[in-house]
Amino acid sequence: MLGRGLRVLGQAIRDEPRLFTVGVVGSSLFGLLIIANSYVVGGVVGHVVVPAFASRRAETGTLALVAVLFLGISVLRVASIFGRRLGAGFMQFRLQARYRRAVTRRYLSLPPSWHQTHATGTLLSNANSDVEAAFVPIAPLPFAVGTIVMVFAAVLALFLTDWVLALVGVALFPALFGLNVIYSRYMSPRQIRAQQMRAKVSAVAHESFDGALVVKTMGREEDESRRFAVFVTELRDALISVGRLRGLFDPVMDSLPSVGTLAVLLLGAWRLQTGAISVAELVTVSFLFTVLAFPVRAIGWVVAELPRSVAGWDRVQAVISSTGDLHYGTKNLEKSGESATLAFEHVDFAYGDGPLVLNDVTFTVPAGKTVALVGPTGSGKSTIASLAIRLVDPADGKITIDGEELPSLTEASLARTAALVPQIPFVFDDTVRGNVTLERDGVGEEEAWRALRLAQADRFIEKLPEGLDTAVGERGTSLSGGQRQRITLARALAGRPRLLVLDDATSAVDPRVEAAILGSLRGREAGASILVVAYRRATIALADEVIYLEQGKVVATGTHADLLAGNQGYVDLVTAYEKAEQERVEA
Amino acid sequence: MTTATPAPVGEGTFATVKRGLALSPELRPGLGGTIALAIVQMLGKVAVPIAVQQGIDHGIRAAGGPDLGFVGQVVALTLVVLAISTAAGYLMTRRLFTVSETALGALRSRTFRHIHDLSMLHQQSERRGSMVSRVTSDVDQISQFLQFGGVQLLLSSGQLLVSTLVMLFYSWQLTIVVLLAFGPAVAVIRLFQKRLAAVYKAVRERTGVMLGAVAESVVGAMVIRAYGVAGRTEKRLDTSIESLRVAQQRALRTSVTSFSSGELGAGLALAAVVVIGTLLGVGGHLTVGELTAFLFLVTLFIQPVQIATDMLNEAQNAVAGWRRVLDVLDLLPDVADPEDEGVALPPGPLSVRFRDVSFRYPGGPIVLADVDLTLDARKKYAVVGETGSGKTTFAKLLTRLMDPVAGEVLLSGTPLPSVRFSSLRSRVVMVPQDGFLFDATIAENIRFAEPSLTDEQLAIAFEELGLSDWLAGLAAGLETPVGERGEALSVGERQLVALVRAYVADPDLLVLDEATSAVDPATEVRLQRALDLVTRGRTTVAIAHRLSTAQAADEVIVVDAGRVVQRGPHATLVAEEDSIYAKLYASWLEQTRSH
Ligand SMILES: Nc1ncnc2c1ncn2[C@@H]1O[C@H](COP(=O)(O)OP(=O)(O)OP(=O)(O)O)[C@@H](O)[C@H]1O
Ligand SMILES: Nc1ncnc2c1ncn2[C@@H]1O[C@H](COP(=O)(O)OP(=O)(O)OP(=O)(O)O)[C@@H](O)[C@H]1O
Ligand SMILES: [Mg+2]
Ligand SMILES: [Mg+2]
Repeated sequence: MLGRGLRVLGQAIRDEPRLFTVGVVGSSLFGLLIIANSYVVGGVVGHVVVPAFASRRAETGTLALVAVLFLGISVLRVASIFGRRLGAGFMQFRLQARYRRAVTRRYLSLPPSWHQTHATGTLLSNANSDVEAAFVPIAPLPFAVGTIVMVFAAVLALFLTDWVLALVGVALFPALFGLNVIYSRYMSPRQIRAQQMRAKVSAVAHESFDGALVVKTMGREEDESRRFAVFVTELRDALISVGRLRGLFDPVMDSLPSVGTLAVLLLGAWRLQTGAISVAELVTVSFLFTVLAFPVRAIGWVVAELPRSVAGWDRVQAVISSTGDLHYGTKNLEKSGESATLAFEHVDFAYGDGPLVLNDVTFTVPAGKTVALVGPTGSGKSTIASLAIRLVDPADGKITIDGEELPSLTEASLARTAALVPQIPFVFDDTVRGNVTLERDGVGEEEAWRALRLAQADRFIEKLPEGLDTAVGERGTSLSGGQRQRITLARALAGRPRLLVLDDATSAVDPRVEAAILGSLRGREAGASILVVAYRRATIALADEVIYLEQGKVVATGTHADLLAGNQGYVDLVTAYEKAEQERVEA
Repeated sequence: MTTATPAPVGEGTFATVKRGLALSPELRPGLGGTIALAIVQMLGKVAVPIAVQQGIDHGIRAAGGPDLGFVGQVVALTLVVLAISTAAGYLMTRRLFTVSETALGALRSRTFRHIHDLSMLHQQSERRGSMVSRVTSDVDQISQFLQFGGVQLLLSSGQLLVSTLVMLFYSWQLTIVVLLAFGPAVAVIRLFQKRLAAVYKAVRERTGVMLGAVAESVVGAMVIRAYGVAGRTEKRLDTSIESLRVAQQRALRTSVTSFSSGELGAGLALAAVVVIGTLLGVGGHLTVGELTAFLFLVTLFIQPVQIATDMLNEAQNAVAGWRRVLDVLDLLPDVADPEDEGVALPPGPLSVRFRDVSFRYPGGPIVLADVDLTLDARKKYAVVGETGSGKTTFAKLLTRLMDPVAGEVLLSGTPLPSVRFSSLRSRVVMVPQDGFLFDATIAENIRFAEPSLTDEQLAIAFEELGLSDWLAGLAAGLETPVGERGEALSVGERQLVALVRAYVADPDLLVLDEATSAVDPATEVRLQRALDLVTRGRTTVAIAHRLSTAQAADEVIVVDAGRVVQRGPHATLVAEEDSIYAKLYASWLEQTRSH
């Protein structure tokens, strides 16, 4: 554990060598000045105060010099403090920022399948408290390193004075070190646990606040608080158990140098009796032990935090080193005005190691055509939609756009070519403009308005107090459900994709508006190929072809009329409302 | 929430600590004992220098040559003192951790609960990440301070007092000199406290912002990838991370600057004591021994000043965290539970009365205007209208997630604000537009509404709603994990679970806000029939874009631009020519019947 902790520190120093050096130089200077100060006090008393008192005459010049000396040392110390603390602190903050960036980069590049197995709250805690924990020992590190230098110098000085007393020092420092090793061995499982519980508490809080509306509408505040309290109690117990061990370790670490001082006193008395050392030497040595007692604590601070640091570091590394990235190819599709052709060939798909959700799915969306994907709830429509724009890769079979397999395309080319409007609209905590343009190349204000008009969102945006620049709140809280959906629709249209995948993207939009949107899409000059998940017959009827899906299998393909004539499941699905009304009328 | 915070602006550190202590009474008991233990531990540290001085003066330099026996006695005695002080240190730390973590654990729970008690609008005015930080890292800051800084601060103050007294004993003139020398430093430190409070506040806030940005990049991972806009998100993340770093550095710089003024004060004091002490000595008011002793005393005085300065600076960080927690706790829920003063809803099916109700979201325009209507008990109502017309707002007022800005809502004649939540929430249940599932199994999600249900009862509920086929199709059945927010289920499936959850809550007034918008038509029709059967005798209000719901309702309420423009049975409304509903229906027919 100690070894791994030191490796984390080593990595930190390699990452920020300059600030580390500033800190170490500052703390070494600080140490030197502590010693210098005691010499100066001694010297001033001996050479200025005593003669002045004796002669009953004080020379102004000398006194001024003394004042300047003290103030000078003070100023130097201030400089050393700035160096030590700012060096250490800035190093710590830079490291935190660096690893936060590294962690969040991973969040952005790991695929949706990875995200689905990691709770938001935990990921938040990885980027926040774990990164923080990893670099807690950095703050006292330069001080500790400065101290180590001091300790070596001290032991050397001891040997020059008296080897017996030096042995006390030689015994003491390894004892301190050994104690630290034992401590970190016992501490690390506790720190790991505490860190886990921190993440858990954060995850539960995040989920619970996320579902606050459900909690409220069902009046389950009490139960949620109980659920949360369970984890809080576990965190509390973990932290108390950390504290107990710390309570044992800290005072002992504190006392050891004192024990050394006492040993020096006892052995010194004996050495003095045998005439091996002088009184002055004994005083110097015991003074040395007393002076060292405090800085040596700095080493203790670093070591004491190492287990926590390693616990945090491991959790951070787990994110940074997770695998499963989607690898993108190098091919670019021509951005011509032509619409794209999408083809699924014998595609199988399963979530994790679950059952097959898609089984041998084959279909084509020819260039410029509209294909409707129809199927009962849970039949795999959204899965097909996310495969089509390569949010996930199939387990088997291949998916191509314009004949190119998706994995061979670059990410940018794919994003430019195909756009998905997901079933659940996701709106960023940004302005309407930011949400629609996403700051993509070639998507400016004009394009945004064009897209908003197409998505029939222009009227309500115009009415907003700040128009396009209205902030919509986290996940679009200040919008109605249908307004959110239209903004995501506009977002897709603004990029002028050559393939548009609409996953039930008009469910919260009333029928009149939907008709208008579809009308305008069809009427577009440089049309896109459209894969649309829909239930409404009008939408389906607009399609050149319909794919009917049941339990992950394509059970029928053809025109709406073909399917109406040939597939009972399909008929039941699309005529459900009509039948229901008929029955009502008859009843 | 920051905007709505009633906390005094620029509240002082001590005021915050006082407020904090008042809200965490768990911190107080045994505080005296803990401090006593800390003092004992401190005494151990003083014992060693005394032992050295005694051992050297009276043992080693004893008149008759080194007295090993005496030195041995001194060492033995000091070892005993040291052992006691170590034990005291152990007990002190143990107590401190136990008490503070217990208190802060309680504080986390209380804050968590309070956030849930806040009104929906209050909750939405703050980012979730920031809310989470109030029960996690903000509290961690407090614990950091209580466990490491707080006791030090107290002890330093004690040491400061004692050394001042001893200095006065040696020379009142020099004492005044020392105090004067520290005067500017104290002024600077005081001055800096305010600035520190501000910079640490910035640190805490920016932590919240950063968490918000991280949360968004995680929750929106799909969309970010789908649009290939990782670069943009990266930029936002980097900005929030950088701005946090800048705030942290500014805080540290301020803190070190403030600390340095103490250091300069120490240099000034030392210089002044030597110079003035010499002058006093020359005048015959002081001996060399006294001046030397005084010099050591000054060091004893300086040390706690520096520690205290450091801890005070640390405290500002903790206080900033504490303040954020307290500010939430101080925020009064504006849609409050009348609790015991409230009444229960009368038994039986509920009727609804909106009396001239208007509503606007804070800072926004009126979104519901003068809604005046009565809904009879036991009837089925459908609410239809264009996107953004105010349907969800209507539902939220009906279930008292918000209170109207004018007018009032009554259930069976009882004004909503006077109804106890325990009664209201068990009798009135809404399925919100964006149904939310917890990261647990299907069974656990449904038990959320009614924890006492057995697996058999759950199965029966699915059966009654005609969903047992769907359930049977799942490999793990009721034990299927639904994933975070339900993402391991299809969107339609999520809605099915949310609906069953509301159904088992067995409400007398059921409000469905687009509860089946993603469910396929065949399933929806089946579900609707099943629901009609099992909710017969209750009042239901269903918001829907699919007009099949309206057709099946007893009455339809048409909302347009925040006003109720039509109401009545489907057949009647359709017949009203050129009416909004007639147009909606025509379009619906065209949508569903063509070909
Ligand atoms: N992340 C996931 N992990 C495991 N299973 C999943 C996951 N997402 C979806 N499924 C399952 O895969 C199947 C197909 O889901 P999909 O979302 O593709 O359905 P859908 O046809 O879009 O349904 P809906 O009409 O309800 O949106 C469902 O049975 C669902 O439970
Ligand atoms: N939290 C909020 N803060 C500010 N404005 C809001 C908030 N929620 C909704 N609004 C605004 O109030 C109006 C009515 O919204 P509401 O959600 O009631 O519409 P709706 O009829 O349910 O629409 P939809 O059919 O799209 O769900 C909209 O213009 C919306 O932008
Ligand atoms: Mg779907
Ligand atoms: Mg709504």
